Amino acid sequence: MKLKHTILLGAAVAGLLGSAVASADEQFIGLPSYRVGPYASGGSGLFGGWIDYMQLINERDGGVNGVKLTWEECETEYNNARGVECYERLKKKGSTGNSVFQPVSTGITYSVLDKVAQDKIPMVTIGYGRTDAADGRVFPWVFPMITTYWSQASAIVNFMGQKEGGMDKLKGKKIGLLYHDSAYGKESHAIMDKLAAKHGFEVIKIAVAHPGNEQQSQWLQIRQAKPDYVVLWGWGVMNPTAIKAAAKTGFPREKLIGVWWSGAEEDTIPAGPAAKGFIAAGFNVAGANYPVVADIKKHVYGKNKGNMEDKARVGSVYYNRGVVHGIITVEAIRKAQEKYGKGKALTGEQVRWGFENLNLDDARLKALGATGFMPPLKITCADHEGPGKVKFQQWDGAQWKVITDWVDSDRPLVRGMIEESAAAYAKEKGIKPRDCSKES
Amino acid sequence: MLYREAGQFKASYAEDARIFPIRQDRIGFWVLMLVFGVAVPLLTNEYWLKAILIPVLIFSLAALGLNILTGYAGQLSLGSAAFMAVGAFAAYNFMLRIDGMPFLVALVLAGLTSAAVGIVFGLPSLRIKGFYLAVATLAAQFFIVWALVKFPWFSNNSSSGVVTAQAVTILGYTFESPEAKYVLTFLIVAFMALLAKNMVRSSTGRAWMAVRDMDVAAQVIGFRLMRTKLLAFAVSSFYCGVAGALYAYTYIGTVEPEGFNLDLSFKILFMIIIGGVGSIMGSFLGAAFIVLLPIFLDNVVPALFGDALGAGFVSNFQLIIFGGLIIFFLIVEPHGLARLWQIAKEKLRLWPFPH
Repeated sequence: MKLKHTILLGAAVAGLLGSAVASADEQFIGLPSYRVGPYASGGSGLFGGWIDYMQLINERDGGVNGVKLTWEECETEYNNARGVECYERLKKKGSTGNSVFQPVSTGITYSVLDKVAQDKIPMVTIGYGRTDAADGRVFPWVFPMITTYWSQASAIVNFMGQKEGGMDKLKGKKIGLLYHDSAYGKESHAIMDKLAAKHGFEVIKIAVAHPGNEQQSQWLQIRQAKPDYVVLWGWGVMNPTAIKAAAKTGFPREKLIGVWWSGAEEDTIPAGPAAKGFIAAGFNVAGANYPVVADIKKHVYGKNKGNMEDKARVGSVYYNRGVVHGIITVEAIRKAQEKYGKGKALTGEQVRWGFENLNLDDARLKALGATGFMPPLKITCADHEGPGKVKFQQWDGAQWKVITDWVDSDRPLVRGMIEESAAAYAKEKGIKPRDCSKES
Repeated sequence: MLYREAGQFKASYAEDARIFPIRQDRIGFWVLMLVFGVAVPLLTNEYWLKAILIPVLIFSLAALGLNILTGYAGQLSLGSAAFMAVGAFAAYNFMLRIDGMPFLVALVLAGLTSAAVGIVFGLPSLRIKGFYLAVATLAAQFFIVWALVKFPWFSNNSSSGVVTAQAVTILGYTFESPEAKYVLTFLIVAFMALLAKNMVRSSTGRAWMAVRDMDVAAQVIGFRLMRTKLLAFAVSSFYCGVAGALYAYTYIGTVEPEGFNLDLSFKILFMIIIGGVGSIMGSFLGAAFIVLLPIFLDNVVPALFGDALGAGFVSNFQLIIFGGLIIFFLIVEPHGLARLWQIAKEKLRLWPFPH
């Protein structure tokens, strides 16, 4: 009996290994997802949206120029060691290997940073990861696209300036920075200090220890300091706790501004009515009335092939963020096919070229049905970040409402910091930056 | 039949005191060493080496460290991951700040740094025991990770607190390929396991066990409690520190303090509970179990049930099976996998004619 079971199990494993051999016109995308663990609520939405978008391309368009997209999930549990295992497991799958690795975890990003260059697989980190990797001369294989933490901080300050009626009005103001006490939260320090010096406001940094479900002393501190704004640089359970504490101490929610990891339905709904008026930045917006999301509903959920178990989450912030991941991945493959042959499965190295020459202008976004859904994006050899813009959304008690257009960041300042930091990294690691004038 | 010791005589003290008194065990041991030291790096692929075998070896070493403290000296600790962090960051800083620092020396220094920190956090063990000590070591876990994030000097002022390990070069040879890294890790772990085995068989180990079994009695018969307990903390932290440095240098390559969180400490504790408390071999079996089983499940479960259950449920289902298997093994054999192996050995000696 036991022997029989063992044989069955062995056969199952063998079948699994056998199925990895795919036909030539399929493009494989490895998904290091997390659907359990502390960040599962975000992970399930994001990977659901991403998979649904790829399913849409297969169902509606029959793939990218006829090349069907295939994918496989690998559970990382948001754990670095498991992430590395997933990276190694996925990298040789499919006929041409993994096309792109997008860990959606800063820790895993760092863990595979050197490996992607050796294995020639591009890594795309949208809105997380190593900020100075935006300097494509030093990090040819890493793409921290759309915007980085530093651009975001700068855009938030610009937004405050808009609200006050001019950047010069920020002089003498006090801005509280309530941050998650981790590497992620500390990313905000250097840029906020620089911005404070430039615009003449004062930054009050207040740390919240992980996981952040106890913030009484921090909010006491905020009450004493009476800042004009508080930036919520939070993560997970820290966000609803902060919003509730703000309500309790009487701090106006309209002056509490979250980063994009603080601004999803998962952060506001648990806070209940206290969250009404809370504002958060985002490089994508919520809402299901964009043509791209409507198409997913029609072609994917209409055929009952959707990935989300809870269909009500289609159009939520995390779900739409996953759709953005999908759009960027598919468009890079499409771009690379223009150079390396339409209708062919591409290697990671070829897809990297597609990312580096990606240009999603207004016309392209309109064709994709994503106008206003994400900012127009142009990547170059030197600049792997792109626009660095965010939109601000306000929670009206039931859903997110977009309240601004795309808000710019202070590009020269941020880019200067990125180049300085990347140069220091290149020196430490002995990397010779690429000469971008020689890239085609 | 094959596993019978009839006709094997011990004619000298040296023969009597050897680690494997039975010839078949010795042969088995060397076969195992050859398989894992020579055949495995030659035959397996990159995925197995980088993603499976190297972490199993490194976590075995960390589990071994905790086993010395908890299994042999009886001091419960929840700070193993923090001591790994000390080792990783110490090795990084020694390599960074001292020009021409040889890797192996940095590894030993990292272990010693970790040992020194371990002694400091071992001091409460002189007064408190059992679960209360576990809580005191919890302080080490939180304090060390906090300190590594708080003071940017440790991570050489990196804006995100993450450090990237330097290249590993020994005698001019750079360990870059997965095979080379695996062999290096294997040799270090094998050497330290041998050292640990001999330590627990010597008077040091006997002192630890005496303290574990009843510390008042041990004190009465003349063991110095302070020295014994602190030595156990030092040796244990040394092992964890070396494991942490290897984790940074031969496995992940970049480390951040948050990677060494309480979860990892618990994981190492589970490794020794599953593998066998107070057993060198158990550390290896437990580490293999805890590292490999989730990966195995992640490969098998979605393939078998993926279509029927949906991705979200499959991920949770794996954890359910994993937890269930842990409970199953603890019910079947509360003394861990190492004890199962011992029972198998007893049975093998009589096989095929038990009575």
